[in-house]
Amino acid sequence: MKNTRFRNILMGFAFSPNLKANVYEAMRLSSSLGKSLFFLHVGAKSPEKQRIFKDILNDAPMGPSSIRTIWESGDPVNVIIHQCKKNNIDLLLLGALQRENVLKFYLGSIARKLTRKAPCSVFLMIKPSIHHVRPNHMVVNAFKSGQTEITIRAAFEYAKSLNIPNITLVDEINQSEVDINVDDDLSLKESTKRKEELNKEEGARLSKILSGVSKNLISNKNIKSQNIFGTRGYSISHYAKVVRADILVINSVEKRFYFLSRLFQKDLDYILSELPTDVLIIKPNTNV
Amino acid sequence: MSNSYNLKEFFGDLPKNIFSGFVVSLVALPLALGLAIASDAPPISGVIASIVGGIICSIFGGSKLTITGPGNGLVVVLLFSINSLGEGNLYQGYLFTLAAVVFSGILMFLFGLFRLGALSEFFPSSALQGMLAAIGIGILAKQAHVMIGITEIKGTIVQVLSKIPDSFLFILLNPTRENLIPAFIGVFSFFILVFYSKLRNPLFHLIPAPMWVIIFAISLFYYLEVFVLSGSGLSEDLLISLPDNLLSNLPFPDFSIITTKRFLSAVISITLIASIESLLSIKAVDKLDPEKRRSNVNKDLKALGLATFISGLIGGLNVVTVIARSSVNVNNGGSNKSSNFFHAIFLIGFVLIFQNQIEKIALPALAAILVYTGYKLAAPDNFIRILRVGKEQAAIYLITLFITIYGGIMTGIGFGIISTFIFHVIINKNFFIFSRNFFKPNVLMYLEQESGNYYISVENFCSFLNFYKLKRKISEIPENQHAIIDFSLCDFVDHTVMEDLSDYQRTFNRKGGVFEIIGLDSHSADTQHPFAIRKSLPSSDFFSFQNNLTKRQVSLKQLASILEWRYSPENSFITSKLEAFTYFKAKTLNYQYNELSSLENDSKIIDISYSEGAFIAKDNLLATFMLINLEYSIPKFVLDRDFILSAFSEFSNYSEINLTRFPDFSKRFYLAGSNKSKIKTLFDSKLIFFFESHSYYRIESSGKEILIKGKSRVLSINEIKSLLSFSRELLSLLNNKYL
Repeated sequence: MKNTRFRNILMGFAFSPNLKANVYEAMRLSSSLGKSLFFLHVGAKSPEKQRIFKDILNDAPMGPSSIRTIWESGDPVNVIIHQCKKNNIDLLLLGALQRENVLKFYLGSIARKLTRKAPCSVFLMIKPSIHHVRPNHMVVNAFKSGQTEITIRAAFEYAKSLNIPNITLVDEINQSEVDINVDDDLSLKESTKRKEELNKEEGARLSKILSGVSKNLISNKNIKSQNIFGTRGYSISHYAKVVRADILVINSVEKRFYFLSRLFQKDLDYILSELPTDVLIIKPNTNV
Repeated sequence: MSNSYNLKEFFGDLPKNIFSGFVVSLVALPLALGLAIASDAPPISGVIASIVGGIICSIFGGSKLTITGPGNGLVVVLLFSINSLGEGNLYQGYLFTLAAVVFSGILMFLFGLFRLGALSEFFPSSALQGMLAAIGIGILAKQAHVMIGITEIKGTIVQVLSKIPDSFLFILLNPTRENLIPAFIGVFSFFILVFYSKLRNPLFHLIPAPMWVIIFAISLFYYLEVFVLSGSGLSEDLLISLPDNLLSNLPFPDFSIITTKRFLSAVISITLIASIESLLSIKAVDKLDPEKRRSNVNKDLKALGLATFISGLIGGLNVVTVIARSSVNVNNGGSNKSSNFFHAIFLIGFVLIFQNQIEKIALPALAAILVYTGYKLAAPDNFIRILRVGKEQAAIYLITLFITIYGGIMTGIGFGIISTFIFHVIINKNFFIFSRNFFKPNVLMYLEQESGNYYISVENFCSFLNFYKLKRKISEIPENQHAIIDFSLCDFVDHTVMEDLSDYQRTFNRKGGVFEIIGLDSHSADTQHPFAIRKSLPSSDFFSFQNNLTKRQVSLKQLASILEWRYSPENSFITSKLEAFTYFKAKTLNYQYNELSSLENDSKIIDISYSEGAFIAKDNLLATFMLINLEYSIPKFVLDRDFILSAFSEFSNYSEINLTRFPDFSKRFYLAGSNKSKIKTLFDSKLIFFFESHSYYRIESSGKEILIKGKSRVLSINEIKSLLSFSRELLSLLNNKYL
């Protein structure tokens, strides 16, 4: 049992072929991160279903201190959100779907709605597995936004709990910040120079954020940063694919208007329409 | 030209630009007259376009070496427009067409203003070639008749083309003096053009070929007039007529039909072809520039639009950037925009001073120039070149060619685009790869902060449909840098892209940079051609065919021959004992390819496909590894910058080793192994210094073998070279210690 921001974890489950892998994944995650794990089945409760589920739980090698299974009928989205609020859930686990015949993952309509409406952080799994595969590389978004600092801190906590050795902070800088169209040699020179300046500014901003993260979270980690000039959301998703990241940590979509830039729903949709890897979306109001 | 240094340079270069402008004007005059006549417009309209274009574009344009004036491509469009808008009345049609030219000027200006220069990239390369060939045939069809003195042939391109044998037969069957003289002028002019490049006399080459044709025609005319009693025998309609007063009799466009559909379609065709021809030419001229400057395409479009607008108002044709005249400019030492300006000034001089002589130029001579130009556009070599790239490209070329000839340029290029897309769908046997990803971005570019290289990854598909996205990213890379473009996430790359990337490669090479393409080695191609379509294969097909080497594979082969190593590009089962290494413990090995192996000590560099653990549904990974065989045993260890233990502690009994004597080293690297004391003796100060001072690789020893891994992707040729030199130094260090 550890004291992270993800104490109460909830996973909705259905009786699919993936059930066992999903359950194992949830058990592992919550035993590293939190103290209570809630399983929620939206649908009727039958002795047969209960038996199957209980068998899976009993076979699992590890688990958190407290496990609760909830059975409730109704509209899946509403029920899950209601239960999240009721049980003070910090992290909601959702599974992704795989496109036929290709190794591409996307979110189903219910999961998509939940990602948007969930009152807490969300973890999207693309590859639940029964056997443990240790994650090795975490990619975290680091663009200039009010939420980013919280996201980075949460990411480091997560990396500490799950023993992830490599962390790359990806700073997506909008092309509009450069504001120079490359037409010829001169404008190319100007735009390259502007990018260098921006890189410096952003580097300073990131090291300030990193200096605010507690030392014991950073020690033993291989931390890199990468600036990318490109479409927000899309760039980091493609980057995660290129570097074969195991988990991608991003801000949640912000509804209020900040002066600083923020993650829009359309930016997030680039990631959700084709999940590059497991994705952790950090909701800032999760109590620490 | 803002600072004084540039100004000084500008004036210093002035003499050679004036000279170059003069030579260009020698080419421009016959072409301007000929292109105007070929379009059924008054000859002077072509000269007006050249003069206005030269002056306006040299002042407002964005490229340095291009020459502007009336273009080949537009002949067919203007001819159609003049004939169809005038409904038989050529002069009225010309006035209507001038209005269309004015509007197309406005449109082109707007294209430039809204930065739509990229529009031209939506045209698949083979379709574009087919369209140009059709334009060439269009020019050739009509002018072949004029070349032998027959001017009254009318009809569609096909009809005119089919009458060519009849016309020649007519001359042969009726060998009168009136028929033979024009035919002789035309045919002889044509031979001048054909054999010009074959004659290697430098004096002869001082004057460009078209000017020789003009000189020949004018001198023959005077010879006939002066020495032969019966005169030249050339009728009025076989000679050029210029307006009596060049400055006052300028025609004004007729705007009375601008609301009709015919007019609108003329405007669109003219604008489309003018933009395409200009953009293609600008791109081609940039490749010739000895100073390797990059043209500002959108600025050029604006200037061309403005020039076309003015030219149209005073009776001139469209102004476009023209490749032939621009190459003459580069070859004669033009170095900045002023040569375009001077070419215009010389043209004004010619027209004013030599008006009488110009009127003595026989049309067959000009027609010969046009036939030659048309032939070059439609030459069979172009088709053969495209056929080599692939059968489907040849099919696209032919489809576009025939539909353009039968149905006009807009229809032709439209069908060209559609047929290209259909071929792509058929080749992929998949429509969704396009439909699902068309609107999504597909390119990631970043400056790798460790290496300073620009890395571009392209996913899904990359064809003419979305190539502009990739181009936009590439254009942001300074060409003296190192760029690596990775297609391993991309399932399909088409011919247009491959061809254009090789242009980029050339530009980067010229400017001292490096442009490498990786990730295509496991894609299949139907022909050996470097520009052939590449498609990633389903894994079951991997062993069936792989006979076409990519550029990277060719370079690997060359590298192998330099090193005297063995190279085999084929996919094969993995032969080495890679499982001995902890790195592959949790991974599934699929196959290997591109194996470079040393003949003496069995060291090798291999690209390996593997996946991370049998349980994970993840894409196959491709990466380059180096394997060194040792003649002696060294302790087993892993040296990595990542925190290794977490990754494989489940599989081995290794533990982390901290070298307290070298705190800097321990901070940067993780070293792990089972036999602590032996490893500590192995890592002496020399070896530590070696690792600290070289770029980073993951190194693992299995006792008898060493595995070196660079990045988690396939390495480019240069990266392989540095890996090789790294391994050599490492090996010599180890040999010193153990032998």
